[in-house]
Amino acid sequence: MSKLAPATITRWVVSGPPTLFMLLFFLAPSLIMVLASFRYPGAFGGLAPVFGGGRPGEDTGLTLENYQFFFSDLLYTEIFLKSLLIALISTLACILMAYPLALLIARSPKRHRDLMVLLVILPFASNFLIRVYALMILLGPQQALASTINGVLAAFGCAPVSLLFSTFAVVVGMVYVHLPFMVLPLYTNLEKHDPTLLDAAQDLGASAWSRFWRVTFPLSLPGIFSGSALVFIPVLGMFAIPDLLGGTRDILIGNLIKDQFLGTRDWPFGSMLSIMLTVVVLALAGLAARLGQRKRDGGN
Amino acid sequence: MALLEIRNVVRRFASFTAVDGVSLSIEVGEFFTLLGPSGCGKTTLLRMIAGFDAPDEGDLLLDGQSLRGIPPEQRPIHTVFQSYALFPHLTVAENVAFPLRMAKVVPDEIRRRVQEALASVHLLEKQKHLPHELSGGQKQRVALARGLVNRPRLLLLDEPLGALDAKLREDMQMELINLQKTVGVTFIFVTHSQAEALALSHRIAVMNQGRVEQLDEPSRLYGFPRNRFVADFIGKINMLDATVTAVAADRLLLEVAGVGAVSAPLKAGVQSGQTGVFAVRPEQVQLLAEHADAPAAANEVRGRILDFLYIGDVTTYLVQLSDGTRLEALLPNSAPGRAKFFEAGDPVILRWSAEVGVFLHE
Amino acid sequence: MRRSAVLWSVSLAVYAFLYLPLVVVVVYSFNDSRLNAEWVGFTLHWYRVLFSDDEMLGAGANSLLIAFVSATFATLLGTMAGIAMHRFRLRALPLLVITPVAMPEILLGVSLLIFFVQVLNFTLGLFSVLIAHITFCVGFVAIVVRARLAGMDESIFEAARDLGATPWQTFRRVTFPLILPGVIAGALMAFTLSIDDFVITFFTAGVGVHTLPLQIYSMIKIAVTPEVNAVSTLLMTLTLGLIILASRFAPDALKGAA
Repeated sequence: MSKLAPATITRWVVSGPPTLFMLLFFLAPSLIMVLASFRYPGAFGGLAPVFGGGRPGEDTGLTLENYQFFFSDLLYTEIFLKSLLIALISTLACILMAYPLALLIARSPKRHRDLMVLLVILPFASNFLIRVYALMILLGPQQALASTINGVLAAFGCAPVSLLFSTFAVVVGMVYVHLPFMVLPLYTNLEKHDPTLLDAAQDLGASAWSRFWRVTFPLSLPGIFSGSALVFIPVLGMFAIPDLLGGTRDILIGNLIKDQFLGTRDWPFGSMLSIMLTVVVLALAGLAARLGQRKRDGGN
Repeated sequence: MALLEIRNVVRRFASFTAVDGVSLSIEVGEFFTLLGPSGCGKTTLLRMIAGFDAPDEGDLLLDGQSLRGIPPEQRPIHTVFQSYALFPHLTVAENVAFPLRMAKVVPDEIRRRVQEALASVHLLEKQKHLPHELSGGQKQRVALARGLVNRPRLLLLDEPLGALDAKLREDMQMELINLQKTVGVTFIFVTHSQAEALALSHRIAVMNQGRVEQLDEPSRLYGFPRNRFVADFIGKINMLDATVTAVAADRLLLEVAGVGAVSAPLKAGVQSGQTGVFAVRPEQVQLLAEHADAPAAANEVRGRILDFLYIGDVTTYLVQLSDGTRLEALLPNSAPGRAKFFEAGDPVILRWSAEVGVFLHE
Repeated sequence: MRRSAVLWSVSLAVYAFLYLPLVVVVVYSFNDSRLNAEWVGFTLHWYRVLFSDDEMLGAGANSLLIAFVSATFATLLGTMAGIAMHRFRLRALPLLVITPVAMPEILLGVSLLIFFVQVLNFTLGLFSVLIAHITFCVGFVAIVVRARLAGMDESIFEAARDLGATPWQTFRRVTFPLILPGVIAGALMAFTLSIDDFVITFFTAGVGVHTLPLQIYSMIKIAVTPEVNAVSTLLMTLTLGLIILASRFAPDALKGAA
């Protein structure tokens, strides 16, 4: 038997422990979840035992029932679509708010930029529940915002609305929590733009508006794509924000999954929902990566 | 009327004056060069012509109309940037089409003119490529085509050859001259390379510390530098301290340090007793073996070879005179395989005609 | 001019949007009123309530313990992963380490829940939470360490070998000191992520262990009390301190990570 080369030993010593750990606690649980999505629930909730025999009356075989049930009731498709729509609206709102800010930071003198970026990150450093809670206070019925809006509505003879516990509050919460994830990639992209390109465009006859639409904006598309992936994907799986800020009808994929595991305790169905969410996320991530790649080929 | 008239333009920044009272007039169809070391103000002047900067004093007139307050996008003046500034997300053809699009030219006309412009820089087959797929020379040609396609009154070129390697630079120089001849657009070229300036330009303005030191044709600039700065900046030159001893009808008589009496070409405004330098170019100095049987000439001095530098086509010899003064002389290497005619330590005679050299008192 | 005025006003509005809610929380934490409605007067009452709330304090202690232990292990494994990903052309490791960072947290939470309860037959508690936290923190540390290595001139490692250092000596005397700021930044990040985590803890804690975010969640889910304002203010102060610490050690790592 030949002696192992020192380089090979180093390689295994360095990459072995993290690989084993992640295989055991990330890959294995993920695969078991895939398996669980094809099984029946256990007699006392949860899941029929994966290994070893079940209790009497438990069905330990494999089934497509969970998936069939998902597609047989439009309610679930509707919740998925609504989640996608909310994620889309939140992402667009983030782009609209983050773009001017990122552009301003990128065009500010170098010595101010770090501070301006830090000011974006700072609120993101406080626990996200605290940030959601802060919005609960701000959007609450007794606060200035709600009273102003309801005052205006009353003047037009309309019934008062509740800002809190509404789809609007959910979107505001999603945007509030994820905004830095849009600002940072956008800023990183915009900051790298060569300012002489704008000079060149102006020199060749482009107005301020054309310089933005024909030079800055197309060059920033990779930043928009990576920012969108960082906002869209977490929003899609979020359950705490709809839980705390939404009304009873604001149920998203995340809430559905959470209820299967901690409420109704139908784990196979919950696993199936998680797999569906994974599929959607992977599809979106693949799309974003391809779009970003194409733009990067054309870009930098 | 001049195409572009620069009238007493001054531009100050916080700590220094970048352009300090420059007046120039550039004629239609000219290949005009602003030459000077970095920081001499040539780029600031170019940016003011393009419209990216505005003079603090003075004015710029295009066809007799002041350019004051007209933004860059409305000036019929285009720039070829040092970094080329090609739009990385647009193909070659789209880059060239950009100024036409901005000018709202109809699509058919855009297509036709882009093809024409790309043909003139021999890049038709690259039109679908993106800038990062091109070589340095090709990028350069796209930038030229883009700058010329909308037929500007004036094309500004900011050190456009700086990023190219030596061989390519020479080819591009030829191409630039031909292109300018064909399109007939007035070029203002900015460079710190005197070789480039001499090779390309109709006229050159040598700039230093925000001022124009001399404005002349290339051969006159080289042959008759007006002052020490120009003499030193353009080509190589020997400079020796000198005093005017007499002003004759057809020549100046000088007393040159380390050499003695020297007869030099007459120069207007020079008076007897003035001090300055006598400047003579290395290729104008003949080098002879000490015992060579040659007729004595007007300007002659003995020295010893100190060192030499073989360059290929020529060899430069550094000669030390008896008082320690050093002079350079240049001999062409016409005999193949032979790097030098003299060894270090050889005694030699330096000699130059009374028609060459110049007395500089500024 | 006009354009930059537009940029400035939008940007200021965005900054205000980011900070206004947090300012309200901090201000109300000193408000002498049971309702988060209007300013009545200054008080430290809610901080006193907070410090006599044993459940909350216990949760805080748990959070600190979990954050400390999981950050330690995540830093160790993440540093190894970062180095391995940089040095060797590996396919599986980057996928294993980075995917949990990119996926919605809920997926890792529920898959670990099934795994612990159904496969390993664990009682959910401190240990399951620790494992879960390490799993999602490893990726962040690895990314920071790899970014640090990627920014370095490869030839310095070759120079060390050329000058007679063994691979181990090269690591000890050149590589490790150079990546140390990245490792520290990664550790601080893992600590913050762990102490802040709600979603994954929510699924893996069971009834066995309570952390601060879980405690806050159950409080604000039921009723809003100014005690939450007080604990929020304290937590914000703590994370602010950590951020400042992190920016001292590795200013770039912060940007790369966020």
